[in-house]
Amino acid sequence: MTRVVVIGAGPAGLAAAEHALRAGATVTVLDEAERPGGQYHRMLPRAYAARSQHRLQHGWRAFDRRQRRVREHPRCTFSARTSVWALEPRADLPPLVHLLRGAADAAGGRAVLDPDALVLATGAHDRVLPFPGWDLPGVFTAGAAQALAKGERVLVGERAVVCGTGPFLLPVAASLLEAGGRVPAVLEANPAATLLRGWAARGWELVPQAGKAIELAGYATGQLRHRTPYRTGRAVVEARGDGRVEEVVSARLRPDWSPVPGTEQVLPVDAVCVGHGFSPRLELPVAAGCALDRGEFVLVDGDQRTSVAGVYAAGEITGVAGAPAAATEGAVAGWVAGGGDPAGITRLRRRRDRGRAFAARLARAHPTGSGWPGWLRPDTVLCRCEGTDYRTLRRALERPARSGARAVRLGTRAGLGPCQGRICGPTVAELTARSGGEVCTVHHRPIAQPIRLADLAGTPEKERDR
Amino acid sequence: MSPRMVPAAADRAGRTDRPLAITVDGAPVSGIEGQSIAGVLLGAGRLSWRRGPSGPRGVFCGIGACFDCLVTVNGEPDVRACRRTAREGDAVLTRERE
Repeated sequence: MTRVVVIGAGPAGLAAAEHALRAGATVTVLDEAERPGGQYHRMLPRAYAARSQHRLQHGWRAFDRRQRRVREHPRCTFSARTSVWALEPRADLPPLVHLLRGAADAAGGRAVLDPDALVLATGAHDRVLPFPGWDLPGVFTAGAAQALAKGERVLVGERAVVCGTGPFLLPVAASLLEAGGRVPAVLEANPAATLLRGWAARGWELVPQAGKAIELAGYATGQLRHRTPYRTGRAVVEARGDGRVEEVVSARLRPDWSPVPGTEQVLPVDAVCVGHGFSPRLELPVAAGCALDRGEFVLVDGDQRTSVAGVYAAGEITGVAGAPAAATEGAVAGWVAGGGDPAGITRLRRRRDRGRAFAARLARAHPTGSGWPGWLRPDTVLCRCEGTDYRTLRRALERPARSGARAVRLGTRAGLGPCQGRICGPTVAELTARSGGEVCTVHHRPIAQPIRLADLAGTPEKERDR
Repeated sequence: MSPRMVPAAADRAGRTDRPLAITVDGAPVSGIEGQSIAGVLLGAGRLSWRRGPSGPRGVFCGIGACFDCLVTVNGEPDVRACRRTAREGDAVLTRERE
């Protein structure tokens, strides 16, 4: 019987597990969190004993049915609080999966799995472009603000501005309002003309994604409409305060995101929730040896196969299109990985193709402009871990002999801190590419999650799937 | 103003809080069972607890990617506060990065 390991229990991973089980496989699902759902269906801790969790979630019932079907299936092992710290490539076989079980960043719990097929569904985290003051306490990624509100019932601030780009800003604002906060504005960096062109073009393609479109339109016309202005073509270009955020400066942006001088407005806030799209979490796909599509996403074929034998990918790591599209990709990946006949899922594959079209539409409607360095100052921090500022990076890039990716990293220390370039990597790569420098692949991290030296030196428990 | 918990009585999720006590740099801080250490600190109104190279730091990404929120828990250093579930009696040390 095929042993399938699924990494990630968000919309893509859960659907993959369900369909691999349906195809007859034995399935092990690994996820870092205590409960399944990923970021989109982030559940409250079990200890909260919440009676009405469905009130916080979009599409709760379908999700809850699916997560129960998976977790309670006799051929499924659901391994929560488990992180994968390395994938060890093998010839003609999917890689060995090295994992750590137990409390996050704790010692012990090392084990290794030997799958027949591996489904990667590791998702994405917010991409945040730097701006002066983005390192002040009180500046959160939009995803953090939502995760805390939905997943822990913590409100990050009483008066929080939500800014950046993408439809995801709307549910974040809705979560803050639901939790009792005030949102003085949602600022979308792209101008209305860009949004309209992106969303309206080939409108018939949207029909199959109507659920997602209605969900998003619901935010715009529902609880947000009367309480929070949605302003386009405007961005937070500075956060200010003494040891924490006290106010932000926003400015009107040109379509390329360069700020228009003289359009600055000051807004008193106690929190900033910012997201400029998403960075797919590519360290495990890269560790497995999967080829990337233009360096951005995992390259997959019509059956969600990657370039590595026995390794499949689904969800945001193959293109950002939201939860329903991710789940459809997961279903295809799981079915094929579990030994199901690809010819038996033509409708599912058609639905998956429409999800991909939706990803392309999202990217067109919410592009990242090229003029954002216009709001940087020489002393603006780019690398939060090491404190590398814009001036330091520019100087390094101006010296051709030393502008190789490695020399820039070592010379400026950008990307060498604890996060290993997860946050500043895309920023540094973009600025480097523009100055004509060599860009290294920012996702290569042989140790994908921190591991204690004692665990590294010890012998892992070898597991066969039950 | 500070971060805070949604009051249980007003929470549409209908949760039942079980109180939990930890210490932060020796001082008692209360939270509820199931919270992350970052959640306990934020819920107690604390926005930052570590000194980064350019100033104070607390939670930024909230999902374990940025490593801004590191603390020491029961003697174990470099624990991401946003990912570690708080346990009764945990001794949390905040710190300045060397």
